[in-house]
Amino acid sequence: MKPFTDFQSRIVPLPLNNIDTDQIIPARFLKTTSKLGLDAQLFCDWRYDAQGNPNPDFVLNQPRSRGAQVLLAGDNFGCGSSREHAPWALTQFGFRAVVSTSFADIFRQNSLKNSLLPIAIPSDAHAELLAAVEADPGAEVAIDLPNQTLTLPGGRKVEFPVDEFSKHCLVNGVDELSYILQQEPAIAAFEAARPAAINTLG
Amino acid sequence: MPRTIIEKLWDSHVVYERPGAPTLLHIDLHLVHEVTSPQAFQGLRERGLKVRRPDLTLATADHSIPTTDRSLPIVDEIAAKQLAQLEANCAEFGIRCLGIRSDWQGVVHIVGPELGLTQPGMTVVCGDSHTATHGAFGALAFGIGTSEVEQVLASQCLLQRQSKTFQVRVDGALKPGVAAKDIILALIARIGVGGGTGSVFEFTGGAIGALSMEERMTVCNMSIEGGARAGLIAPDDTTFQYLGGRPHAPKGAAWDAALARWKRLPTDEGATYDRSVTIDAGALEPMITYGTNPGMGLPVGAPLPDPARIADPLERESVTKALKYMGLEGGKPLLGHAIDVVFIGSCTNGRISDLRAAAGVLKGRKVSSKVRVLVVPGSQEVKRQAIAEGLPEIFRAAGCQWREPGCSMCIAMNGDQLAPGEYSVSTSNRNFEGRQGKGGRTFLASPLTAAASAITGVVTDVRTVL
Repeated sequence: MKPFTDFQSRIVPLPLNNIDTDQIIPARFLKTTSKLGLDAQLFCDWRYDAQGNPNPDFVLNQPRSRGAQVLLAGDNFGCGSSREHAPWALTQFGFRAVVSTSFADIFRQNSLKNSLLPIAIPSDAHAELLAAVEADPGAEVAIDLPNQTLTLPGGRKVEFPVDEFSKHCLVNGVDELSYILQQEPAIAAFEAARPAAINTLG
Repeated sequence: MPRTIIEKLWDSHVVYERPGAPTLLHIDLHLVHEVTSPQAFQGLRERGLKVRRPDLTLATADHSIPTTDRSLPIVDEIAAKQLAQLEANCAEFGIRCLGIRSDWQGVVHIVGPELGLTQPGMTVVCGDSHTATHGAFGALAFGIGTSEVEQVLASQCLLQRQSKTFQVRVDGALKPGVAAKDIILALIARIGVGGGTGSVFEFTGGAIGALSMEERMTVCNMSIEGGARAGLIAPDDTTFQYLGGRPHAPKGAAWDAALARWKRLPTDEGATYDRSVTIDAGALEPMITYGTNPGMGLPVGAPLPDPARIADPLERESVTKALKYMGLEGGKPLLGHAIDVVFIGSCTNGRISDLRAAAGVLKGRKVSSKVRVLVVPGSQEVKRQAIAEGLPEIFRAAGCQWREPGCSMCIAMNGDQLAPGEYSVSTSNRNFEGRQGKGGRTFLASPLTAAASAITGVVTDVRTVL
């Protein structure tokens, strides 16, 4: 995994609650066997009209979104399906963080494994940030992962939660599977002490 | 200290713990399907890893598989490639695969239980958010992403943080015409689609105890739609009777030992939950969703919400946007709204009892000439049972299409889909924008409500046609 470095960026506001993973990337694109090439399908049904032309009203098609690396969404972002294609599509488009008041569990876990930082902040800070980016499309936030702070355009520093382990993995680009495989003796001991109840092969 | 079943399941699967890191949890059953696994197998190849426990892994083809005549070639080349990739990956890594030609092929959450692989006390995972279905057996079962699929394939373990415990107590008894689906739709309408985030539901109470295993699976299946990581029900005699004699259920002395173990699983007297809600089953009506997430549900006869009366601006915006997408007007009733399609199937309601319920309503009747009705059994085994009971004849005589097993129009990856603007009453689990086809509009409901609406061609209260 790519180490997560601190950065400063403009923001793409998408202030809707309960944005589900079927909107982030519709299921018809999940027939691929690759992780790549999903950026064109990000928010596809909101981004393009029935003829496949970009919908000018959708924020991702507006000049303000060009080069922005932070998505600002409403409550419970990423609810629904477990598809990891959602964070793959977001990161391939160029997003490195999503700011919301809350995230769906599976989406949050999937994001952390793909160097996409889910930043949950209190609703007053969320409202302040939304007002700031609506007033000034060029407004920027700064993300400092080691100190777990998001600096709003007005200079207010807001703390956000990240568990110690995920932070370590993100900052150092450590992949969880390598960590798990180091626990092989514990896994072997557990399995030896607890015979399996089933055998799918027999 | 008294523990809930959720805590007992967690404690018995801890492999390794250290401060500052999530717990390493062992997985008893890993279910795999074609959509969320190819990139995980590729990851194993790139790292030179094997599947650690093929004996605890089972694959099936369900999401992108056609439900039309299986003797014909698959028209969608990309889907055909994905299905072939699943079979090739399983052959390469030594995993049993219930592929397109298997007698046991079916929707992943239907085949695990019917084979007797899903058992009380287990941890079950799958790269699919509806894995909570298996919780109906008193298992800790949850959906995972593809990176986690790779982790489980490689190590049979996952890094997990303990969830909060959330009791959903359902007292009383359901009235005629009200189904298990209505319990879960009512819960989600009450707590919202994020209401269970960070939690595992335990469904308790007399109304849950009275449900069959298949009905319990319907309830647990949609736990994720309430935001919960998992949902489960303590095992009891209903569970044991369902399991006894299934192909992979323990036999003889092993059965007796398992039974003794399973009987220790239910929540201890005096154990407490982080949160509880109570639902009176006797007060429930048949439920239907009107909007674009499963929390936007109401009793079938109730008026739609009026956005002008919603105080919270983001919530008002969400409901306004949903009603606009659905082509509905706030304050009006949904009852009597014309529909184009009825879908009966999915991991939520594609089991034999669901087909029996729908057939019970449709027997001797005709579906509306304006409505296309798809009946999709959840598995080859469900299909065999349905044939043995003469259900396909009832469906065909009523004017329904009787299909081959798969996820079908629940996720609309296989060509079974709504046209833009079409309305469905669907027994599936998600009404998100475009979920059943781009521009399609979904009303989620029970098999009873779906069958009743198929006859009239409009959203119908099943109690008026019983």
